[in-house]
Amino acid sequence: MKKANLYFVYLMCLLFVGALLAASPANTGYQVGDTARDFKLKNVDGKMVSMADHKDAKGFIVTFTCNTCPYSVAYEDRIIALHNKYAPKGYPVIAINPNDATASPKDSYADMQQRAREKNFPFPYLHDETQEITRTYGATRTPHLYIVQKQPDGKYKVAYIGTIDDNSRDASKVEKKYAEAALNELVAGKPISQPNTKAIGCTIKWKEA
Amino acid sequence: MMKIKLNFLLATLAFILAASPAFAQEVKVIKYKELEQIRNAPHDTLYVVNFWATWCRPCIKEMPYFEALTEQYKDQPVRVMLVSMDAAEDLESRVKPFVQKRNLKSDVLLLDEVDANSWIDKLEPKWSGAIPATMVFNNKKKQYEFVEGELSQEALQRIISKYKP
Repeated sequence: MKKANLYFVYLMCLLFVGALLAASPANTGYQVGDTARDFKLKNVDGKMVSMADHKDAKGFIVTFTCNTCPYSVAYEDRIIALHNKYAPKGYPVIAINPNDATASPKDSYADMQQRAREKNFPFPYLHDETQEITRTYGATRTPHLYIVQKQPDGKYKVAYIGTIDDNSRDASKVEKKYAEAALNELVAGKPISQPNTKAIGCTIKWKEA
Repeated sequence: MMKIKLNFLLATLAFILAASPAFAQEVKVIKYKELEQIRNAPHDTLYVVNFWATWCRPCIKEMPYFEALTEQYKDQPVRVMLVSMDAAEDLESRVKPFVQKRNLKSDVLLLDEVDANSWIDKLEPKWSGAIPATMVFNNKKKQYEFVEGELSQEALQRIISKYKP
């Protein structure tokens, strides 16, 4: 009888821990210092893109962004500027649209192609159709940046997770350029003084379970 | 000493103003300090603070569930606060018309802070910054729950029934 009781308590504990784990999906992605996996996702030009394709890059500014979030739209020009400034230093942008096109129709592949044309994106704009990469990285909002640095062994180490700067509304009033500060330190071979930053953003539109 | 007292008085006043139901239908613009005062309110009241924006589709979808709480618990110490993340510049052109059109009964506030990185972690380190997000608390009873993401009406009701007075 006692044994059965103990077993019951044990089971309840397991259930409780399981429920806790299930209730906290926000913390399951990469942390700074983790190794990021490569991906193979379809670009707006129809070709598949991986980080491994860019042999000369020292790292990447992996940017989860989309067509529909006003914050993403507000940051489009600044993402282009980031790419134009840091691609020559070895850190190009790879943009990934994480939204499910059924949940967010204006994020369909065709709409992505159109937006990329309109804005003349100088970087790949990839469609994470299965949302597997988004989940693995742990992106929760758009825009959400993961700056990764290529290691001597070819792995990609997460160096920075966060936002672009301190003013999504008005680029002219930006005081702190968080991503640029991190990139400058990375390029200079210095430790990143602020490797995690946050911003308000749109939730990622997940596929209906 | 005098200054501290005055500050305290002002803070209390600001809090009462922010929390007063007489101000429903108005949109009060607040700074992070005032949000922090709400978060730390010592009363035996269940606060349901929802972060939203006029441009956030899932926020608008779940908003009726919060409005329903305001109605359901209007005679009880439950206070629903809808804290808009819209830009302060959009107060007149977007937020107020939205509140009018939907005839919102809950308290509506607008958090006028630009650099979210400066306050999100102070408020809730688990929050990534994605909206909608909701915090439910009764500080007197030491109850607290935070949810990032859209809530169904059932999920919201389930949280509230755990803590309701």
